[in-house]
Amino acid sequence: MASQTSTPLEYSTKQNEMNILGFWIFLGAEIVLFSTLFATYFVLEQSHAGGPTQGDLFILKDVLIETFLLLTSSFTMGLAIHQMRDNNKSAMLVWTILTLLLGLGFLYFEINEFIHYVHEGLTMQTSAFGSAFFTLLGTHGLHVSLGIGWVVLLIIQVLRRGITAVTARKFFIVSLYWHFLDVVWIFIFTFVYLKGMM
Amino acid sequence: MKKQFPLNHVVGFILSVVLTIFAVFIALETDFTTTIKLWIIGAFAIFQAFVQLIMFMHMTEGKAKVANIINISYSIFLAVVIVAGSIWILTTGHAAH
Amino acid sequence: MKLDEFFVTGDPLILGSQIAIGLTMVGLVVLITYLKKWKWLWNEWFTTVDHKKIGIMYIIAGVLMFFRGGVDGLMMKAQTSRPNMEFLDAQHYDEVFTTHGVVMILFMAMPMLIGIINVVMPLQIGARDVAFPKLNALSFWTFFVGAMLFNISFVIGGSPDAGWTSYFPLAGKEFSPDVGNNYYAIALQIAGIGTLASGINFIVTILKMRAPGMKLLKMPMFTWTTLVTSVLIVAAFPILTVALALMTLDRIFGAHFFTVAAGGDPMLWLNLFWLWGHPEVYIVVLPAFGMFSEVIATFSRKNLFGYVTMVVSIVAIAFLSMLVWVHHFYTMGNSAAVNSVFSITTMMIAIPTGVKIFNWLFTMRKGRIQFSNAMLWALAFIPCFTIGGVTGVMLAMAAADYQYHNTMFLVAHFHYVLIPGVVFAVFAGLYYWWPKMFGFKLNEKIGKWHFWLFVIGFNLTFMPMFFVGLDGMSRRMYTYSESTGWGAWLGVSAVGGLILAAGFAALVYNIYWSFRYASRDIGGDPWDARTLEWATASPVQEYNFAVIPEVTDHDEFWKMKKEGRNTLKKEDVKDIHMPSNSGIPIIFSVAIGIVGFFLVFEWNTLAAIFSVGIIAGLIANSFDYDDGYHIPAKKVWETERKWRGDL
Repeated sequence: MASQTSTPLEYSTKQNEMNILGFWIFLGAEIVLFSTLFATYFVLEQSHAGGPTQGDLFILKDVLIETFLLLTSSFTMGLAIHQMRDNNKSAMLVWTILTLLLGLGFLYFEINEFIHYVHEGLTMQTSAFGSAFFTLLGTHGLHVSLGIGWVVLLIIQVLRRGITAVTARKFFIVSLYWHFLDVVWIFIFTFVYLKGMM
Repeated sequence: MKKQFPLNHVVGFILSVVLTIFAVFIALETDFTTTIKLWIIGAFAIFQAFVQLIMFMHMTEGKAKVANIINISYSIFLAVVIVAGSIWILTTGHAAH
Repeated sequence: MKLDEFFVTGDPLILGSQIAIGLTMVGLVVLITYLKKWKWLWNEWFTTVDHKKIGIMYIIAGVLMFFRGGVDGLMMKAQTSRPNMEFLDAQHYDEVFTTHGVVMILFMAMPMLIGIINVVMPLQIGARDVAFPKLNALSFWTFFVGAMLFNISFVIGGSPDAGWTSYFPLAGKEFSPDVGNNYYAIALQIAGIGTLASGINFIVTILKMRAPGMKLLKMPMFTWTTLVTSVLIVAAFPILTVALALMTLDRIFGAHFFTVAAGGDPMLWLNLFWLWGHPEVYIVVLPAFGMFSEVIATFSRKNLFGYVTMVVSIVAIAFLSMLVWVHHFYTMGNSAAVNSVFSITTMMIAIPTGVKIFNWLFTMRKGRIQFSNAMLWALAFIPCFTIGGVTGVMLAMAAADYQYHNTMFLVAHFHYVLIPGVVFAVFAGLYYWWPKMFGFKLNEKIGKWHFWLFVIGFNLTFMPMFFVGLDGMSRRMYTYSESTGWGAWLGVSAVGGLILAAGFAALVYNIYWSFRYASRDIGGDPWDARTLEWATASPVQEYNFAVIPEVTDHDEFWKMKKEGRNTLKKEDVKDIHMPSNSGIPIIFSVAIGIVGFFLVFEWNTLAAIFSVGIIAGLIANSFDYDDGYHIPAKKVWETERKWRGDL
């Protein structure tokens, strides 16, 4: 049984170590990618071209719901990995499925939010602000959607194969991805929403 | 089998919730100037990001931890260059007039 | 869309190309079918995950693209060879200079360098392959699909025509309504995915797969430059990804990032483009520096002078390269503070670069220099590149740049940096590592023709551009009047272009000649070289090293030879684990290419439907648990005995 002191299963082979390091480097690239989108948003955030502004659109309650859904999903994903390291497959899957549901909930609220903005008259074509806003948020939302698909694939693989060195590594990597999306959201929440509502 | 309580994760989660609520409070319920508010909530965001990187993502474990730390530090440096540089270049000078 | 809008019509040059392309493709299919080589191609090349074969495919693609970009260049030279020339019209000239730039940087320089890195770097660090062999194949195929998509633009739909920098507002929908710039946005995006994956792959390979004993400061210099270039790729390519995505959204989906009408900012495009574009210059030049370092050390028969300062200066160049991008648009109207800061950071780059030049010179000092072809290219590089560097410092001064900006002086400068810095390096690398790739040397005598024609042609072509540039000729001018007095300069330049082309032809002939007649009996180490890649057979065995060597020095192979450690004991040879071939990368990339093609023509529904193919590829890959296979020790021993002979 894997105890906390020995090397976790996901680090047990050299290929696994390399995959995990490679994914961290990919996350470095993702930081650059989102930074570029943030830079674009900051440069264009005041270019409303007569369309709706941040103050007209953002509703604190909706944003907080999304924030706590995603934050909690990051927490439950962490617990899933914790169970994986204890080699407890069923508990791991329970936390993972909870993570999925929270992620889907986040997406549901985000899509509703976008529909609301479109009704208020802000689309990607309205203004430079609209383009930058939807692209930044959309890229994040697309990442979340991909993450959900990815987690589903891995649940199938864990069900079929159990917790092996390979599935543990894959699961650990998807957890890194998932936490990273929450980290990005912290900055969206702070510098897009809170700043926009100030 | 030894079951450990996931202390790291619980602490990380609580810290994140608290920081989020504090940020909302500072941004919407206080009378600081916008600049000061941005600095404070920005600091909260960075702190929360590190909480997640270390407590949820185990950035500092594994054999490659030095590589990880260099990698993430360099990415943060790039993020600062890209964001601050773009804003500086495009909102000063003729672009501002 | 009507058929005559789909295919480009009305230009005899393009019609000729269309016919030639059609005939070549039919000819290739017929030839491969006749020779019954489809299965071989598929098994040995299309599905390969072997870093050496992938590297060779990159190099072949690079040579083809060199030809394409070179023809574009020659057409420009022909058009400007005399005043009021009427060979190309303005539109066609715009298309040609755009594709020349894109093809040469992204589809010639990048694959040549990534190809040589692929072949050499794992061998230099004593590894069996890269960290992620299948991902490596995916990198190649996405690059290749992107390159092909870009290349068909001139016969199907029309080429991009807003320059390789594609500045807005010109590159926007309003002023470039045709599909040309969609090709730019989408083909580069696809190729960029592959490059980013290569960068990650190389970093992990170097950090995790070095032979035991090879500390970071014992790595060969080419491996060091590969590592730093890969870091820059990971740092810079996501910016290009975003910039191109925003361009796509603007052009195809009506967004307003760069269009002034709804509050967008065209200068944002310049900013993002050069945030990627400047590091890109260093991405291509750093591995080239590494190649020169290897070649100069080998043919001076000395170890590299100032190894540690070399490493420090590479890292310094990489660090600074992320902080200089504004020098490409000083005249955009930035504040004085912005221009001043970027002027200083730009000039600072000259310091570590100068350190490297001196280190190369000191490596040669008191060495017993052998004037092999590879070494000749390295020798020619130093003075030519220095001219490029010094004019670069002139351009770095923001105030003076208002005079030079967008003149032919700039064009001459960056050709003096990129051709010696990258093309000479690629030639040096090809002559040097050719035996490792193919098991025979390129002919030295034909190589001399190649060298002298190319170097003389290069100087004749680009030196006059400095003078017409200082005389006020702006870049991208498709015609000029006799009264400007530039006719003589540009005439010389055009003749230089022909000599340059003759040099390239000599290389092609050299490859043909050597393939047919060169000796195959050259052993593993034909140059008496210094680093580990020469401890393998020529061409290299599929598993690279029968036994992974223990490393004690940065010129490890040299030391092995001196100490007589370059032998193999039968009991050390074990079964070797190898990754299996995979069809997923090529199929997945083709799916991306098809979606990209539909997006270019803004057939969004079709693109959405075919995106299912991309998702299917991702799912298939997720369920692929193939764990590779083993080569039995006995077979390894047989192979080793065959090439070592003395066992």
